[in-house]
Amino acid sequence: MGFLASMWDLVPDVLQTIIVILLKIVAILLPLILAVAYTTLAERKVIGFMQVRLGPNRVGPRGLFQPFADVLKLLIKEVVIPAESNRYLFLLAPMLALVPSFVAWSVIPFFDGGVLANINAGLLFLLALTSLGVYGIILAGWASNSKYAMLSALRAGAQVISYEIAMGFALVGVLMAAGDLNLTKIVNAQSGSIFSWFIWPLFGLFLVYFISGVAETNRAPFDVAEGESEIVAGFHVEYSGMGFALFFLAEYANMILISALTSLMFLGGWLSPFQGLTFLTDTPVIGWVFGNGIHWLFFKISIFLFLYLWFRATFPRYRYDQIMRLGWKVLIPVTIVWIFGEMIAVGLGWKPWL
Amino acid sequence: MMSAFEIARPEIFLLIAACVVLLLDLFVGKNARVVTYLATQASLLTTALLIYSSSFNQEMKVVGLDRMYVLDELAGFLKISIVGFAMLSFIYARKYLRDQNLWRGEFFVLGMTSVLGMLIMSSGYNLLVLYLGLEVLSLSMYALVALHRDNGKAIEAAMKYFILGAVGSGMLLYGMSLLYGISGGLGVDHLSTFFNAQPANDVKVLFALTFIVAGLAFKLGAVPFHMWLPDVYQGAPTAVTLFLGSAPKVAAFALVMRILAEGLGSVEESWSQMLMVLGLLSIIVGNLFAVAQHNMKRMLAYSTISHMGFIIMGVITSSHIGYSAAMFYVVTYALMSAAAFALLILLSRTGYEAETLDDLKGLNERSPWLAFLVMLMMLSMMGFPLTVGFYSKLAVIQAVVGKELVWPAVIMVVMSVVGAFYYLRVLKLMYFEKPADNTTIDVGIDFYGVLSVNSLLLLGLGVFPGGLMALCSAVLSASQL
Amino acid sequence: MTFVQFLFNIYAGITIAAAIGVVTVRNSVYAALCLILTFFSSAAIWILLEAEFLGIVLVLVYVGAVMVLFLFVIMMLDINREQLVERFIKYLPAGIAVAVIIAIEMIVVIQRSAFDTSEQYKAVAQNAPDYNNTEALGELLYTQYLYPFEIAAVVLLVAIIAAIMLTLRKRAVNVRSQDIEKQLRVRPEDRVRLVKMKSGQ
Repeated sequence: MGFLASMWDLVPDVLQTIIVILLKIVAILLPLILAVAYTTLAERKVIGFMQVRLGPNRVGPRGLFQPFADVLKLLIKEVVIPAESNRYLFLLAPMLALVPSFVAWSVIPFFDGGVLANINAGLLFLLALTSLGVYGIILAGWASNSKYAMLSALRAGAQVISYEIAMGFALVGVLMAAGDLNLTKIVNAQSGSIFSWFIWPLFGLFLVYFISGVAETNRAPFDVAEGESEIVAGFHVEYSGMGFALFFLAEYANMILISALTSLMFLGGWLSPFQGLTFLTDTPVIGWVFGNGIHWLFFKISIFLFLYLWFRATFPRYRYDQIMRLGWKVLIPVTIVWIFGEMIAVGLGWKPWL
Repeated sequence: MMSAFEIARPEIFLLIAACVVLLLDLFVGKNARVVTYLATQASLLTTALLIYSSSFNQEMKVVGLDRMYVLDELAGFLKISIVGFAMLSFIYARKYLRDQNLWRGEFFVLGMTSVLGMLIMSSGYNLLVLYLGLEVLSLSMYALVALHRDNGKAIEAAMKYFILGAVGSGMLLYGMSLLYGISGGLGVDHLSTFFNAQPANDVKVLFALTFIVAGLAFKLGAVPFHMWLPDVYQGAPTAVTLFLGSAPKVAAFALVMRILAEGLGSVEESWSQMLMVLGLLSIIVGNLFAVAQHNMKRMLAYSTISHMGFIIMGVITSSHIGYSAAMFYVVTYALMSAAAFALLILLSRTGYEAETLDDLKGLNERSPWLAFLVMLMMLSMMGFPLTVGFYSKLAVIQAVVGKELVWPAVIMVVMSVVGAFYYLRVLKLMYFEKPADNTTIDVGIDFYGVLSVNSLLLLGLGVFPGGLMALCSAVLSASQL
Repeated sequence: MTFVQFLFNIYAGITIAAAIGVVTVRNSVYAALCLILTFFSSAAIWILLEAEFLGIVLVLVYVGAVMVLFLFVIMMLDINREQLVERFIKYLPAGIAVAVIIAIEMIVVIQRSAFDTSEQYKAVAQNAPDYNNTEALGELLYTQYLYPFEIAAVVLLVAIIAAIMLTLRKRAVNVRSQDIEKQLRVRPEDRVRLVKMKSGQ
């Protein structure tokens, strides 16, 4: 141990910082990728049960190794590049879809102080990054040189831009309530008890945010971009092997990201719902479970992920014009009215959440 | 905070009124759109009264809103004339819009926002505010030019106006950013004190001024930045051309005065020479090209270019006399231009746009009184003695000579004589040719009355120019210009 | 060279290279992508200057929204390259002449290193550790610059009115279109009639 420590001291300072940061990144990304893998399994299982089927159950005990089998299959599959496609953009697009959804995790706090980059304008940073994911889809659609992919790219682009507005407005509400853009401070502004979570005063914005989040990730019931009954598989119709896997990874990483953000901004992140009930949180062993901690964040994320799957199993797909109508004529007005009300509340000093 | 914003009462009122009219227009039907019109005129009138009550009640210049807003007699005078010309334009526009099936509420709303932009420009005391005011004006104007959106010419005109306007704005903005880099501030008063202490003819300043002057020249339509003007004048619906040719000219003059005269007055020798070249070129090119035009709107566009040249020549003397002459010129020119385009509106009817010179043939036989009014307009534009155009040209030339710029003055006189040719051609067509069509000219009494008063004013101010001239001079000296 | 300078050099290099790419690449989609890269790396430079709000907003507004629409339009356009090149060559001599004249003029004007401001702007002000760019900007915008800020809002309002005026068209009278409110008001009784049938018939 002492030998290792002295070796570590020999490393130059700059390199030390870089190594530490890299290790932190790995510590965030590895569990994330694993979570993505098991979300796909959970999806198939949950939807299976909802449709009175069994779901995957062949690979490993109860199908638990199914994700690894899928990954292996996709890895060894040939990457087909369609003729007349734009080779570079075709290969670049999946990466452009993946990178923003990974980078966004750098500002997500997992517990108090547990964040890779604690930046001032965290909320804005997230909004900016989630708006970048659409490039992957648009470029994939265009570079594939396929009608279906192109149509899908157009749909995805219009949809993401429309819902980004509602999403941004919902975030404005959070920002006004918390008085800060930093995510850690936003969570801390909700501490106190379960009733100081922002979901209560901002319930409308919470609904709008999660609905927009589902639309932003192009998931059912807003998955017109890959609506298989109309345009085959949409933007990734020409992708095979790893290209397809990257899109898949990006989509699920984004789902987890949106779930995490919703929990952080409206449900108090790592804060326990039993906060303030000292008789519970002060008990030795149970106190750790009932007290604040990362497990509550994971629990909340799981709830939202389950909602994603539930939506997919139960809702029929929206038609394209209905999506646009919902975004522009329902969600945006709701957010504007809500923010207006909140503005009056803040102006008059009614802050039930403080 | 409330009291700080009280200084900008007219602007705030106009903004609210524009929003109210916008909503009001949604609820009145197509047949009751006259309500929109009346509401617009009423709000403009109220704005004018607000301006009058706030601007002329104090002796001194008041600077407010963190030195962004200035309230002096210059602003008051220019703003009242802007609102006045806008109201006049809307009176004329009413008939045209009805006839050409363009009778839509947006015309009035965008008209009001453009007036708002002009008001902001007139009392802007910071380059940022001046620029933003200009953008409010320009954006409204781009849209108004494209009002007739199914007409290819109108769309082309709007497109040209938009792109070249954006280039002009870009130049102006770049120049402003350079000025900011040099002086470390954007306030007009800041610039003026900074450059007073600074040696003139600094290369940096020249560099910045080049862009500022070019940007302003784009907006004024001075040669060689005039390419958009004839196409826009011709392509836009005549009612919009009328509006475009009157009030915005006054606002452009305000912009020039605020930036060049007030802010950069002490480096006057750096910009006046550049502007002089532009001014002389405008006078020459405008008059020569106008001769070749057969389309009345194009002809008036080139004549506008030459008139802008005269206004620039007044400004470059950077003397009290020159500024007063230029101000007198711009106000009277807006009056002439409004009357001239009103004539085209008067000769148009449903499904027919009067815009070529042929439409004026034999006007004397169709309506002698109208022919007389047109004669007044043309003589005034030409600069015939006893009309206001003569006096305004004379005042500018006097100021130029007073600066010992003899050659420019000679060019101005010669070009005025050349210009006489195409104005007189109109008179010849009216009085000595047979009418091409004999449709009776049928307009409401209000239109006719306003046009008569407007044209007779050109004569009246020509005979008694003293009052307006004295007012211009007094207003400028109140602002120490 | 400190780490920040090193980063600056990288980002500045990318910015310049991408900006050159915007005007030189042949494929217009690539040009748009280069423009996006330019925005992105300039945002990074802004963030290096501790102006994180501006940097992020640049990405959010320009990269995230404006350029997406831009790319959209470019992808939909069917640009005729030959015609474009033909016109380009036609105007090339005049263009080169103007460019050369402007370049010479600029060189003449700037010859005396008039813009050498290294003395004046040497020290970049170091901000306190808890400096918040967003707050600082908000503070200025809502106090000193409130008037121009409000006018900028008016500019946007005018743009909205103008855009709607130019594009909104009334539907033709005979077009069938769906009335969403009517659809939502539908009740099961209006559409479905439940009939009791005896079994076994």
